[in-house]
Amino acid sequence: MYVAVKGGERAIENAHRLLAHERRGDREIPEVSLDQISGQLSLAVDRVMTEGSLYDRDLAALAIKQARGDMIEAIFLLRAFRATLPRFGVTEPVDTGQMQARRRISSTFKDIPGGQILGPTFDYTHRLLDPQLAEASIPEAPATGEASSAAMPRVTDILGLDGLIEPSPQADANTPVGDLTRDPLAFPAGRDLRLQNLARADEGFLLALGYSSQRGYGRNHPFAGEIRLGEVEVEFMAEDVGFAVPLGPITLTECQMVNQFKGSATEAPCFTRGYGLAFGQSERKAMSMALVDRTLRARELGEEVAAPAQDEEFVMSHSDNVEATGFVEHLKLPHYVDFQSELGLLRKLRQEFAEADALSDMQEAAE
Amino acid sequence: MNAPAYNFAYLDEQTKRMIRRAILKAIAIPGYQVPFASREMPMPYGWGTGGVQVTAAILGPADVLKVIDQGSDDTTNAISIRKFFAKTAGVATTTATADATVIQTRHRIPEAPLHGGQVLVYQVPIPEPLRFLEPRETETRRMHALGEYGLMHVKLYEDISRFGHIATSYAYPVKVNARYVMDPSPTPKFDNPKMDNCPALQLFGAGREKRIYAIPPYTSVVSLDFEDHPFTRYRFDAPCALCGAGDSYLDEIVTDDKGSRMFVCSDTDYCETRQQRGYCGSESAAPHKERLHG
Repeated sequence: MYVAVKGGERAIENAHRLLAHERRGDREIPEVSLDQISGQLSLAVDRVMTEGSLYDRDLAALAIKQARGDMIEAIFLLRAFRATLPRFGVTEPVDTGQMQARRRISSTFKDIPGGQILGPTFDYTHRLLDPQLAEASIPEAPATGEASSAAMPRVTDILGLDGLIEPSPQADANTPVGDLTRDPLAFPAGRDLRLQNLARADEGFLLALGYSSQRGYGRNHPFAGEIRLGEVEVEFMAEDVGFAVPLGPITLTECQMVNQFKGSATEAPCFTRGYGLAFGQSERKAMSMALVDRTLRARELGEEVAAPAQDEEFVMSHSDNVEATGFVEHLKLPHYVDFQSELGLLRKLRQEFAEADALSDMQEAAE
Repeated sequence: MNAPAYNFAYLDEQTKRMIRRAILKAIAIPGYQVPFASREMPMPYGWGTGGVQVTAAILGPADVLKVIDQGSDDTTNAISIRKFFAKTAGVATTTATADATVIQTRHRIPEAPLHGGQVLVYQVPIPEPLRFLEPRETETRRMHALGEYGLMHVKLYEDISRFGHIATSYAYPVKVNARYVMDPSPTPKFDNPKMDNCPALQLFGAGREKRIYAIPPYTSVVSLDFEDHPFTRYRFDAPCALCGAGDSYLDEIVTDDKGSRMFVCSDTDYCETRQQRGYCGSESAAPHKERLHG
């Protein structure tokens, strides 16, 4: 006798137990600690914080551990927690011009006020596997020097002095900044919402889109005007006390792309901007974001919208990896009843085809 | 890092109010897709986050909740969602369609007729019936606003000219209250007639796509068709092998590696209730048959 499948509840519980067991791995080997993840896999933590939209190293490290190193799963864990938090308000705009920069490079000028600072980067490492790292090893202490007190103006600000680049749009105090986690998104979306969407977007997706724009699908002739990494102070305007209260420093990576001109009969030509900002050291993300921010400004700048990277609805609707992975992976949920309906239709169509085929064979034989 | 304490039915009251406003608007404009600020839920998009948010927003302590997936109370995701609300809201749960005040469903409408006072909450993956004809939201919203549904009729007509039939067997488009064309969620078209003039309130939640829509009680719901190609339901032409029902939608079960199949009710509550009442089918309560399939 056939009995319908039961016991799903026990199956779920057992699956969770097995998952926890697999996550722990070999119990003879010490368990990885959150401090180790946060301190030694710090770029993973940075990515999870950025795409998880929550600046909390401890929780991001916990999410990475719980997700067994699956980054999108970790981002999802952080997002689901974030969704339960109350929203107190919006901070004052951070001033990246005042950043305590640990890395700062420009590909547009050989030397700039404040200087180029290479900082901690993979850029000029030779990608040779280092067998010494397979064992515990103590790296050399970093070189130190006197901190410079020289101001470090943003390269785009220097260009802006001569009007060579379009001015950054100024925030309108009367228009609250949009938040797509609190209001449903509608198209066309303002640049604030586009940038929020891109900041939360999957790094790989933005990387591919930015890359496609460099290869001619919506070309925008970018130069990396400046990339800077460092700490900035976050301030919150407390209505009760009447002034901005510092909340503490966060680490940011900012990328300002300088792109080819706009201009018209009435407006002098100038460079255009593409902007990228990410938590922690997330250079690939910030650069990709800056490329895509610029391609998405095509309509605003009167350019033809032809490539995927220029198509706001296409980009914003598919950039979120938590949404994307959910919908792709939901295909493993049961679809028995719809499949049954399709089977029924297909069988009917095949039967009619066979009957028509047989009929035409008979007619041919008769002729 | 303290363990977070969650509100009744998980969502905070502010979020619930936002969702309730969307639901009220949806009820006021039957079949119209209302955008809402969908939250990240603790289960993945695609697992029913829209339905879960609607259920969380309407659930009260006195409610009795039933959750089905593919018509069954025992599929893993139905169990998981039922447990979620049993834990976060502490509400009573049931598998009996008649006893439930709120029924959350994925892909099926129960066989037993719904009654007034019940709410059926559908989980919806793609709320836009025109999406596969026009991928742009900006365009489809305009088409709905103008009631411009010619494209859909052309699609159905092209099906007929290519296959001889309308080749849509699930998520079959309907017109609600003679105004909006609506996606009934991926239910088999067998279930479409149950939506028409239904005494229960029907709510649809699409979490990833951030849309809520509704069919108020006793609203007309018409499956799109042509005079010479009228809408037809489909079910496999056999009685249920367990309860003998000849009117229920059937699951096809492959029973061995030689292509043997049997057909049983997809609605497990309907099937079990009938068996308890003494109805039986070709495969029921006959222990000696066990060896045949072993």
